[in-house]
Amino acid sequence: MIEVVNLTKCFGDLQVLKGIDLTIEQGEKVVIIGPSGSGKSTLLRCLNCMEDPTSGQVLYHGVDLTDFKVDINEQRQKIGMVFQHFNLFNNKTVLENIMLAPVITQKKKMKKLRRQKDADAEIKTKAQIKADAKENALALLERIGLTDKADAYPSQLSGGQKQRVAIVRSLAMNPDVMLFDEPTSALDPEMVGEVLEVMKDLAKSGMTMVVVTHEMGFAREVGDRVIFMDEGKILEEGTPDEIFNHPKNPRLQEFLSKVL
Amino acid sequence: MSGFDRKIQRFLEVFINAGGYNKVLEGLQNTLLIAVLGLVIGIVVGTLIATVRVLPKYKRLPRILNGICSFYVGLFRGTPIVVQLLVFYYVLLPLMGLKMTSVAVSVVVFGLNSAAYISEIMRSGIQSVDPGQMEGGRAVGLSYGTTMMRIIIPQAVKNILPTLGNEFIALIKETSVVSFVGATDLYVAFNYIGSNSYEFMVPYLVMALIYIALVLIISMLVKAMERSLRKSDRSR
Ligand SMILES: Nc1ncnc2c1ncn2[C@@H]1O[C@H](COP(=O)(O)OP(=O)(O)OP(=O)(O)O)[C@@H](O)[C@H]1O
Ligand SMILES: [Mg+2]
Repeated sequence: MIEVVNLTKCFGDLQVLKGIDLTIEQGEKVVIIGPSGSGKSTLLRCLNCMEDPTSGQVLYHGVDLTDFKVDINEQRQKIGMVFQHFNLFNNKTVLENIMLAPVITQKKKMKKLRRQKDADAEIKTKAQIKADAKENALALLERIGLTDKADAYPSQLSGGQKQRVAIVRSLAMNPDVMLFDEPTSALDPEMVGEVLEVMKDLAKSGMTMVVVTHEMGFAREVGDRVIFMDEGKILEEGTPDEIFNHPKNPRLQEFLSKVL
Repeated sequence: MSGFDRKIQRFLEVFINAGGYNKVLEGLQNTLLIAVLGLVIGIVVGTLIATVRVLPKYKRLPRILNGICSFYVGLFRGTPIVVQLLVFYYVLLPLMGLKMTSVAVSVVVFGLNSAAYISEIMRSGIQSVDPGQMEGGRAVGLSYGTTMMRIIIPQAVKNILPTLGNEFIALIKETSVVSFVGATDLYVAFNYIGSNSYEFMVPYLVMALIYIALVLIISMLVKAMERSLRKSDRSR
């Protein structure tokens, strides 16, 4: 589903990614681990071109996202992303946070359909779009048990609640893949569990997931494949059992001895 | 004090009997009109300029637009507003063969002038919004422009509301130069009363009091607005 070909990324003189090749299959759960500054976030952010790669290709369903002619906004609607610091819209309620992007993109789509005068296309009114988005948003809130927070602002939520809302905000766009960048690192320890729980449910539902995390327990339990990165390169990859129980690369052995 | 009493007497005579109050009402109306419309134009144009100035700069078009905008801001902040008024009214309008009333000219010039100041205020407001907000918007597939309009600018406006209030107060005060192009503002109105009563002490005193009252009222409104915004932040 995602194919990364010889990807490099430089920030000025600093080369952060040094030729990454990676393929992610439909439904796969890939966990990326590695020391701080090894380029994990940068790699993840290149997958949806939040950072423009310096060279190489990122193919998503065969479409090269690094091509400037590709409508990157349209592609990103199908690639969910969850950040360490949640990045919920502070000026919107929880419900509005979840509804905003679906409503805006649906409206745009309807406008386009109306211009094409396609007789078979189902044209929805603005009110219908809103009503559908709201129904979907409420269903998602129900799923994470936060229905009673629908009208709260992000500033009134705990960290764990914010991150759960951020996850369903992405899900509201019906993405084919979800990217997570250390989703539990900014949380108080007692809130880590509730967020991991939502992510495990998501994994069970068959979602394709790419997760950068320091939660080795989660990597073992949920990951189909674990990738170890250091200094901008993938040094080792394999099943959780191979990576955690039989690490070959000395750097990986050293890393694991520190974090386990 | 009898001298002062007589002065008040003379002022009231012209103010009430010789139609002075009409002049004052007209002046007050123009002062407020120029300040309010100037602020509205300033906010709209200033926001546009600020949006251009925070654009990522690795493509050519944003760089050119940014250059134009920073020239504009430098020009309007670097010259006295009186000069801008005079140049617009006596140089640009005749050159372009346009006719505009002096109040209309004042509205335009004060709008363009405050746009330069407000663009800087707005720019720092936009920059004070957490960059994560833009990332959040882009990650769900919203465009740069949509995220700017729906997420960033509303938060920026909220951050700079007190500063915008001060800008409005500054505008009210600065409008006292529009008589240079012949617009009737509070100064012209009270000057009229003074000339007709041969007595300037009371008219200018009253004028000062009106300016003070205006500024106090606006400060109160801004404070009230801030308070209600802060409330919606916490509860609700
Ligand atoms: N926008 C940027 N500009 C300049 N340098 C950057 C930028 N983003 C990341 N870097 C640098 O790139 C390197 C890799 O950063 P990255 O965030 O990808 O690491 P990471 O593996 O996610 O680390 P961590 O575990 O601490 O999150 C670091 O040296 C960092 O300083
Ligand atoms: Mg990181």
